[in-house]
Amino acid sequence: MVLDAKIPAGELEKKWEDYKGHCKLVNPANKRNLEIIVVGTGLAGASAAASLAELGYKVKTFCFQDSARRAHSIAAQGGINAAKNYQNDGDSTFRLFYDTIKGGDYRAREANVHRLAEVSAAIIDQCVAQGVPFAREYGGMLSNRSFGGTQVQRTFYAAGQTGQQLLLGAYSALNRQVGLGTVKNYERHEMLDVVMIDGKARGIIARDLVTGKLERHFGHAVLLCTGGYGNVFYLSTNAMGSNVTAAWKAHRRGAAFGNPCFTQIHPTCIPVSGDHQSKLTLMSESLRNDGRIWVPKKQGDTRKPNEIPEEERDYYLERRYPAFGNLVPRDVASRAAKERCDAGFGVGASKQAVYLDFKFNMMRYGRIEASKQGNHNPDDATMLALGKEVVKEKYGNLFDMYAKITGENPYEVPMRIYPAVHYTMGGLWVDYELMTSVKGLYALGEANFSDHGANRLGASALMQGLADGYFVIPYTIGNYLADEISVKAIPTTHEAFEKTEKEVAERINKLMSIKGTKSVESFHKRLGKIMWDKCGMARNEKGLQEAILEIQQLRKEFWSDVRIPGEIESFNPELDKANRVADFIELGELMCMDALDRKESCGGHFREESQTEDGEAARDDANYMYVAAWEMVGDCKWNLNKEDLKYEVIKPSSRNYK
Amino acid sequence: MEHYNMNLTLKVWRQKNATAQGNFENYQVKNISSEMSFLEMIDVLNEQLNAEGGEPIAFDHDCREGICGSCSMHINGRAHGPWDATTTCQLHMRAFKDGDTITVEPWRAAAFPVIRDLVVDRSAFDRIQQAGGFVSVNTGNAQDANCLPIPKDDADLSFAAASCIGCGACVAACKNSSAMLFVSAKVSQFALLPQGQPERTSRVLNMVAQMDKEGFGSCTNTGACEAECPKEISLTNIARLNREYMKASFLAE
Ligand SMILES: Cc1cc2nc3c(=O)[nH]c(=O)nc-3n(C[C@H](O)[C@H](O)[C@H](O)COP(=O)(O)OP(=O)(O)OC[C@H]3O[C@@H](n4cnc5c(N)ncnc54)[C@H](O)[C@@H]3O)c2cc1C
Ligand code: SF4
Ligand code: FES
Repeated sequence: MVLDAKIPAGELEKKWEDYKGHCKLVNPANKRNLEIIVVGTGLAGASAAASLAELGYKVKTFCFQDSARRAHSIAAQGGINAAKNYQNDGDSTFRLFYDTIKGGDYRAREANVHRLAEVSAAIIDQCVAQGVPFAREYGGMLSNRSFGGTQVQRTFYAAGQTGQQLLLGAYSALNRQVGLGTVKNYERHEMLDVVMIDGKARGIIARDLVTGKLERHFGHAVLLCTGGYGNVFYLSTNAMGSNVTAAWKAHRRGAAFGNPCFTQIHPTCIPVSGDHQSKLTLMSESLRNDGRIWVPKKQGDTRKPNEIPEEERDYYLERRYPAFGNLVPRDVASRAAKERCDAGFGVGASKQAVYLDFKFNMMRYGRIEASKQGNHNPDDATMLALGKEVVKEKYGNLFDMYAKITGENPYEVPMRIYPAVHYTMGGLWVDYELMTSVKGLYALGEANFSDHGANRLGASALMQGLADGYFVIPYTIGNYLADEISVKAIPTTHEAFEKTEKEVAERINKLMSIKGTKSVESFHKRLGKIMWDKCGMARNEKGLQEAILEIQQLRKEFWSDVRIPGEIESFNPELDKANRVADFIELGELMCMDALDRKESCGGHFREESQTEDGEAARDDANYMYVAAWEMVGDCKWNLNKEDLKYEVIKPSSRNYK
Repeated sequence: MEHYNMNLTLKVWRQKNATAQGNFENYQVKNISSEMSFLEMIDVLNEQLNAEGGEPIAFDHDCREGICGSCSMHINGRAHGPWDATTTCQLHMRAFKDGDTITVEPWRAAAFPVIRDLVVDRSAFDRIQQAGGFVSVNTGNAQDANCLPIPKDDADLSFAAASCIGCGACVAACKNSSAMLFVSAKVSQFALLPQGQPERTSRVLNMVAQMDKEGFGSCTNTGACEAECPKEISLTNIARLNREYMKASFLAE
């Protein structure tokens, strides 16, 4: 496979301008004859579908939820980055670019990331124009906060519901197009294959999840905006339905998979409470603006948190990383939490947790509020009460969620948190135009691998999803479709549709006819355990080799012993899940292979064999400065292609947050 | 928080498809931990049904964080169950005690036909949004975001209305199956913002017309919707919707 990233020549700051000035265009009359399939209605899919329809293309969208508005993006909490420099604190396009490359531990493409930083400001403008109610200051201007891995305040937010507000904005733009008849939405539909004609993606096979019937849909181009695959770990902060199936089918049809092992483990999630756990809940990174992380200095300390005096607390992030303190990037914070817990300093019943404590900042805010009220010498109780109100306004919904889940009041006792799987930097390999290695097949948003290298900075996924959908794909897709204007819509009676649908049907029949003894859920749980234990926060050669064998074994067992109740042609969530888990199992194997191949540590990928004396990740630029683009060459047989990363502007150095 | 385990009887609505006759089935579940979420308890029951060769109960859910609006169970006569301001997925078993019998039904409303068991079709909500729940601004048309200062109080009120998750509990809770709270939330979000002004009249007229077309009932101000809304969408939004509608009807004449 030849991988051509198609990065435009010229100076980094001019590449995107130059590209836009020279890419091919499609005239409005021709756009009306071109059909585009958009799978996924999250930030990436909804923004792309709306923007493309506004341009005049005929668009169909697909999502497995009952409404486009429920895509997993809705759950994003903390915020979205943009290089607006409204705070006058030294932000710029270059700094956002630099922070993202550095945060990604020098494993992302300079050209893509620079473009992302360039378009970031326009995203905020667009969202505000749509009526997205971002948080504001009393003067009426937009408010900002900080996220990890940066020293400026560039994060825009709407309480702890930023993803919801941004998605509802994109959904409203989409709705407008549905009303105008330029978009048709297919809800409760799951894409189960890509249809290839003459080497190009020309449509999809989708299953109507209500009737169970298979459908064929043609498109001159197909966009996969299907989100991340964190649920391969079973427990993650992702929604229950998030899956890899669409991306995996594309992979099986020839699309290379980039850096599959790059997984983000988020440091601040509510800890596991028992075997019944079905998902993990994130406590937004924004909380680290005002929460201080600590464990007792004494191992196995059983005192209640409020009984442990200040001098017996170890604020280990502030101790180890004085420059960034509690706002170090996620990978660093997660490993530091694991290190403390493994060393016996963990708290709570399971001892797999650390404290996130708001008391200090509640007091600080309380003092400010009191002084606004003219009380310059407030007592502790007054400060605490006033401070609680401030914290409530900023994070109220998160605090409520914590209280409902744990039964504890986080305004009174520190939260207990622990790292959990959250985001996947890996995904379908795409070139500068967001096209996968299959012609006419694109990947946007979390589904692609492109912008976050080995670790994503907080508030950058929302930015990337909307950048891809609003501001990148509307240009780059024209460059491809300009050469397709003479292609008439291909009837879905074409043999390629016929054949692909048959293959999908056969696989479903096969799944249903196994009639084994074990539930789909039980396989998913077992896969998750293998992945978490051996391909999770710390990885080593022996563990990964074992994991590969265990997963291969699990796959055999799945295909001979899974039991799926119900019928094919009916509403059958167990069958939907079986389709997804079958793909997760194959993906799990590839992730372990990728992790095994990459003998360095970088970002979220921590190989125990590759660390510095003080336990920090040790990168190996001489040997691993590449994107691993895996190509499937036989049934679960892979070839590794390498796209070398060239840094022309930034000099990779060892990441230092001290 | 003290944990405890409980044994429960569940009375669950089972219905094969939209046209089939539905009925309640009784199930026993054992050793349910008070730490579980309500849906995790249903997961346990489903695994049990699966093991016995039965068919699991179908229900909508996705985020399990109270934000996507998928989950939709009517529990012991209340939309989303006994806790105030809480979605089904955020309801935890701490709310129940050993020996309880829990009745679980789908949303009941003519405009929300049952698809299977506890799953209903809420696409009417999407169609209402498509009729006018937007600001007509194409991508790329926007000016710098801070060129449009918006008083914080307006922005906060608009946000509070915009936090509706589209779950449909308001409709399920209402004896008339009215969708006024849902529609008023969207109309209010835009009516409170300068961006919403140019289409203020057409938006409210079109959304209300679509709401009526979908077969939702009328509002008689009983307030059951507000009481059951997991996002505490305020009744003042309905008052605002009524004002907006009156004004728009007048202008349109
Ligand atoms: C709890 C949580 C909080 C987060 N908070 C933040 C934050 O504060 N800031 C930030 O920047 N990022 C955050 N993230 C990350 C961010 O939310 C996601 O990366 C981003 O929203 C992904 O958007 P997307 O459009 O790529 O995909 P998604 O929103 O995941 O959408 C995927 C879409 O694809 C559809 N789909 C998937 N498979 C199929 C299929 N086979 N057939 C048909 N349809 C399919 C789904 O129905 C859905 O519509 C958070 C993530 C989580 C889990
Ligand atoms: S108004 Fe409340 S109850 Fe009604 S759909 Fe919105 S969130 Fe649900
Ligand atoms: S499952 Fe998303 S709100 Fe309950």
